[in-house]
Amino acid sequence: MPILSYLVLPQAGAKEQLCADLAAIEYCEIIPADNEEAVVLVTDTPDEETEKNLQKMLKNLSSLQSISMTFGHNAEL
Amino acid sequence: MKLNRRSFIKSAAAGSAIAAAGSIFPGISFAGWQKQEDASGNITWQKAPCRFCGTGCGVLVGMSGDRAVAVKGDPNCSVNKGLCCVKGFHSVQALYGKDRLKKAQVRKNGKMVEVPIAEALDVIADKIKETITKHGKDSVAMYGSGQWTIPDGYVASKLFKGCLGTNNVEANARLCMASAVTGFMTSFGIDEPMGCYEDIEHADVFVTWGNNMAEMHPVLFSRMLASRKRKRDVTIIDFATRTTRSSQASDKSILFKPNTDLAVANAICYEIIRNDWVNWDFVKKHTSFHKGKTNIGYGTEDHFSFKDKPEDISFEEYKTFLQDYTPEKVERISGVSAKDIKYLASLYGDPSKKVTSFWCMGMNQHVRGTWINNLVYNIHLLTGKISTPGNSPFSLTGQPSACGTVREVGTLTHKLPYGVVMKEGARKKAEKIWGLPAGSIDPKPTYHTVEMFRALDRGDIRFMWIQVTNPMITMPNLNRYRDGALKEDRFVVVSDVYPTPTTDVADVILPATMWVEQEGMYGNSERRTQHFDRIVPGPGDTMSDTWQIIEVARRLGFEKQFPWGEDEYIGKIWEEYRQFHDNPKHNMAPYEVLKARSGVQWPFVNGKETRWRFNTKHDPACKKGTDFDFYGKKDGKAWIWARPYEPAAESPDQEYNFWLNTGRVIEHWHTGSMTRRVPVLHNAVPEAYVELNPEDASDLGVVNGEKVKIISRRGSVTMKASINGRGVPPRGMVFVPFFDESYKINEVTLDAFCPISKQPDYKKCAVRLEKA
Repeated sequence: MPILSYLVLPQAGAKEQLCADLAAIEYCEIIPADNEEAVVLVTDTPDEETEKNLQKMLKNLSSLQSISMTFGHNAEL
Repeated sequence: MKLNRRSFIKSAAAGSAIAAAGSIFPGISFAGWQKQEDASGNITWQKAPCRFCGTGCGVLVGMSGDRAVAVKGDPNCSVNKGLCCVKGFHSVQALYGKDRLKKAQVRKNGKMVEVPIAEALDVIADKIKETITKHGKDSVAMYGSGQWTIPDGYVASKLFKGCLGTNNVEANARLCMASAVTGFMTSFGIDEPMGCYEDIEHADVFVTWGNNMAEMHPVLFSRMLASRKRKRDVTIIDFATRTTRSSQASDKSILFKPNTDLAVANAICYEIIRNDWVNWDFVKKHTSFHKGKTNIGYGTEDHFSFKDKPEDISFEEYKTFLQDYTPEKVERISGVSAKDIKYLASLYGDPSKKVTSFWCMGMNQHVRGTWINNLVYNIHLLTGKISTPGNSPFSLTGQPSACGTVREVGTLTHKLPYGVVMKEGARKKAEKIWGLPAGSIDPKPTYHTVEMFRALDRGDIRFMWIQVTNPMITMPNLNRYRDGALKEDRFVVVSDVYPTPTTDVADVILPATMWVEQEGMYGNSERRTQHFDRIVPGPGDTMSDTWQIIEVARRLGFEKQFPWGEDEYIGKIWEEYRQFHDNPKHNMAPYEVLKARSGVQWPFVNGKETRWRFNTKHDPACKKGTDFDFYGKKDGKAWIWARPYEPAAESPDQEYNFWLNTGRVIEHWHTGSMTRRVPVLHNAVPEAYVELNPEDASDLGVVNGEKVKIISRRGSVTMKASINGRGVPPRGMVFVPFFDESYKINEVTLDAFCPISKQPDYKKCAVRLEKA
């Protein structure tokens, strides 16, 4: 049951699109910065398999320029 | 409601990402976070000021049931606009250390024994009575803190100065802010900065004087970096005695030899005059020139006394005085190149640039602390760069209420909430508000902090009550003062939240509530008073420091002066205290206004906060018809002082050939009694160390992590070496942070102080090193 957080940077001018893309994905909660092109992403998935699928989806987002993990927790470890 | 662990972890995850974002994008704001968390329904958020420095960041404390589980920056607080530093983010964990003091203890037959708190309070009251009967009223003392809430300090002053009639009230802010106070008083006749944090967004140039803001005031440093990033033509100069994280982030780092900032400040003024960068209109209308005594001593002997004798001088005499401070002469004294001195002068002198100077302990913990404060004001006054947005000589405070409780309430031996004990009008005002007979307050100050602990050692003081501070780590020349506290027939009461080396010397320990376990107010560096509610219950028998004093006062027969109920006392105390400042120069906001907002700046006049004092456009206390009114002085002018360079009390010599400089690290608050109980902070910096210059380390044959013995004429400490760590001293200097009670570096330091402010100099004494 992993909980992870990331700092996510959008492609130039694509912050709104990135927020929309992330908000549409299950298990994702976002906190957009008010004054910078950056978004905090918190993911909360039920199992490892779902987590792997989610990470694949994130990597394929065209609005996303970079994603850096800032926190990781897995109750099963 | 039971704590939802998963929500807590998600909140921590979000907090971690936000903290990471803050380090990459200074000034970044996530105001939407609060909305999202509220929507979850699991955590509710309540406002409070952070308690871990004098910046006064607004935080939101996340509550789950009756437990504080998270912290985030308050986006509605203008101080930090949603930012927090690493101490702030983890601050609630400091409430829940495993060894929290929950029961009162009294020493019986040499051993500390847990007792009901009422019994401990009885013992304290009886001991105060007994001591006064045997040794007189000046044999009892209260030693408090810049972490006292405003009500804590107010009732302490009312009890000791008013009811008991002794001026034996001091606070640890004497160790951190006294030189700033005497600097303000001698230059402006009134305490506390004229500007505010908004200066950061207006300034074009920042000069930080001996001030490692990146670690000590990280949120304000972030605001500076954000302003530089946004405006692009902002310059930050780090003027210091060692290289730090602040130096690395600045545009230019200039190192000077200890104590020679006095000479450099004078050289800057010399250059300003030589190049005719003086703002003559401002200088002629709003300043006057003065000199005081010189060769004023260092206070290392008991009963040291000093009184300055100000004399008027002309501008021409001041100009002649500065002839000793040409950049070339000062280069030889300070090690700062004449070119760099001229560069600094050109930044201050350029009429198109707005300049803000920041300082904190580097200038205040200084044997000529008052003088260096005066000299930096001189620079701003000569150029007229003061009291306008972006032009600000700005003394930062170290503690959350050094300003609010110590400077404004006046918890120093000579002070009252309004004025000083020496003034009859001030005494009468206090006696009237406190409902005491005329003559209750003694007109003579007694002991400043160092002398108070000397008096305890000598036996002139027999009873001392210590609240919210840990002097058995922080007093300089510590061995003497710890031995003094342990002498026969000394009685020490300590109110604290965790066991410390100070509770080790106590005869009574009172378990205190901490921060948001009680209602209170702090006052920050920019004249902002910040109210916080009791958000969480304190554990066990813990009691607020204010209420402890009230309970003892009632046992001493002062029910009339302390009549309030437990559900109302903070509001009642505030409204009583506010009467002392009922004038346009210092008016404080009403209780209800404080409760509603994330801080309110004083003077609060006609419902409006004052951003820039002494400026007629902004400050309603100014006389009409002039641009500026320095109303603290009778002549309405700010004073420019001729103050010379004089050396430190103790400098390296053949036997003790290194400077010792002490200070803090970002992860730990003061003596570490709280932050060392927060696992993240403790693990980040688990023990103190000694920073060495790499070449000195090589000469000594020491590599990183090897032990070094630091020896002074007063004591020694052995600790690990840090070489090319976060700070790098120049050759001939070592630096030690003081947070770690396992390595009491103040057993090594010297109890010399500024003769005017009586603030000790923790930045300069002589030591020698041995490979251990």
